[in-house]
Amino acid sequence: MTGGAARGRRFFYARTCHYAGIAHNRCLVFLLRRNVTDPPLPPPRFAIDARPGGARLALGGAWRRDQARPAPAAIVQAARSALPGGGTLEVDGSALGPWDGTLPALLRELADALAPSIVLDLAALPAGAARLVALAGASVPPDKRTPPPDNFFRRIGQSTLDRLADGREFLRYLGEIILALGAFLGGRARMRRNDFWWVVQEVGPQAFPIVTLISLLVGLILAYMGAQQLAMFGAQIYIADLVGIGMVREIAALMTGIVVAGRSGAAFAAQLGTMQVNQEIDAFRTWGIPPVEFLVLPRLLALVVMMPLLTLYAGLVGVLGGALVALTIFDIGAFEYYHQTLAALTLTHMAVGLFKGTLYGSLVALAGCVRGLQCGRSAQAVGEATTSAVVTSILFIVVAASLTTIVFQKLGI
Amino acid sequence: MIAPTPGIAPAAPPPIEVRDLTMAYGERVIQRDLNFTIAAGSICAIMGGSGCGKSTLMRHLIGLEAPAKGRVLLQGQDLWATPDREREALLRRFGVMFQLGALWSSLTLIENVLLPLGEYTDLSPADARAVARFKLALTGLEGFEDYYPSEISGGMVKRAALARAMALDPEILFIDEPSAGLDPISSRRLDDLILELRDSLGTTVVIVTHELPSVFAIADDALFLDNQTRTLIAQGSPRDLAHSDNPAVRAFMNREAP
Repeated sequence: MTGGAARGRRFFYARTCHYAGIAHNRCLVFLLRRNVTDPPLPPPRFAIDARPGGARLALGGAWRRDQARPAPAAIVQAARSALPGGGTLEVDGSALGPWDGTLPALLRELADALAPSIVLDLAALPAGAARLVALAGASVPPDKRTPPPDNFFRRIGQSTLDRLADGREFLRYLGEIILALGAFLGGRARMRRNDFWWVVQEVGPQAFPIVTLISLLVGLILAYMGAQQLAMFGAQIYIADLVGIGMVREIAALMTGIVVAGRSGAAFAAQLGTMQVNQEIDAFRTWGIPPVEFLVLPRLLALVVMMPLLTLYAGLVGVLGGALVALTIFDIGAFEYYHQTLAALTLTHMAVGLFKGTLYGSLVALAGCVRGLQCGRSAQAVGEATTSAVVTSILFIVVAASLTTIVFQKLGI
Repeated sequence: MIAPTPGIAPAAPPPIEVRDLTMAYGERVIQRDLNFTIAAGSICAIMGGSGCGKSTLMRHLIGLEAPAKGRVLLQGQDLWATPDREREALLRRFGVMFQLGALWSSLTLIENVLLPLGEYTDLSPADARAVARFKLALTGLEGFEDYYPSEISGGMVKRAALARAMALDPEILFIDEPSAGLDPISSRRLDDLILELRDSLGTTVVIVTHELPSVFAIADDALFLDNQTRTLIAQGSPRDLAHSDNPAVRAFMNREAP
């Protein structure tokens, strides 16, 4: 009805404007502005006057969220000074204009602030406002839980305890995984062969493009940086040794490990974490099927099988990257480079590289799966598990790389 | 057809017996001093307001959580005091249907049912498949064997979860919130199915729920956990609980504001 009236009015204005030769949009601006500033609302106000046996709080004007209002503290103070000895404060809403949900909220806040000496009487308020306050009920503070004091030392202690608990849990899963491996070797592991092949596909062939790119670039960089230094002594030919040994023995495994941590470690944690959220892991446990055998074993085995292949491939691509630089920028003959590389590389270097790759792969599988199994029961927790899986994987890889390098050095391998 | 199992000999221990169970997460006590027994072949509803620990109690009954104090005996055996081998045998004698279904998402419906069958029976693959198809057909999912859980509706996931829970013809069936998120008709059909299973196989059923119509329709025993006192305040048939002396129980059962 009002819509129709408004339309009619607008039509009337438009016609008038048209006949009066005024631009249409001017009329529209005029109409819109009219609508926004409708009737000006009286600002919210309050007054407190003492009367025998109590005091009266008279509210007037519009108590709405779009109106600037007196501070509750001011009302509280005025009420306290009107009723120094306590008593009943009658709230009078007879002069009250339009109000919304902020009014009952304010009244409840006042009641809380003034309690227990001053009691609000809401009988003279509009029925709706009084009912809403009553519906919210008197605010009952929940059982007082005194939070422990929060300071620097407490936080250090807490995070130390958390780390220790985390470490213990990690060791427990490690133990379970070793038992599962034992069961696997004894042919008793409950694991689906299909799952294994599926993970093999995911972690192996699918990782080829990114491994190719990264190894090629790292080979290029290694050759370029090394060759610049070697050129000072006229020993450019040793680029072949540098790149060959460096890539095959250390860097191929390291780079592949980090790529796999980012791809597969994160994927494992997200898969297992989501299964935890869906209670699928609980379902395994209630069937007496150890999740470690069913879920962790295929992932671990797939990485153990695929990592040596990926590492070998990464080493080969890296050497090619080095050759590219040597051939094009430093004018070394292809045949020469090939022979120098063959002379430099021994089977030991290859074996060390493959061993490291396999080790890093197992660590990634371990970190990814354990973080997934430790996951909490929310979407947030899955995100945290994934992040933590990648961080833990990379940490493990770097520590393992340092340890193995030192140990092999000492052993003279 | 399979004949209903004759009454269990009086000497047999009750399927579920809980003694002085206190459940807690760290310092926070969920429920304390629970004592109850669930009779063989009954359908028992675990009820109580939201957050009172119904699902936690179920997690304790099925051995996913260790009691802070007290004991949970399934057919006279304490899950937490039996050696691993016997524990697995005990686990096999009950089925669980989780609140969200918890079907293994990487397996099709029939593979979900087949997995326990393959693990714990000596059936030939063809026979196991036939059994699994039959279980799915019982829950009205014939024809959906090769669907993945993500491809079917929520109600179908629940029914498939029930089919999986029944894979090994469990003696005790635990069901968490069967009708949560289901429309009234699907919920009613699920109730009928549970009732039918109990009547034909003599399964003891424990249901966590607060759907009153469903409780009155199928449960013959009910436990009421209280939010305030944090303990079990009533046990009995739903009809008795509706006239309980305890005002909180009576209000809950009659859907009144306390």
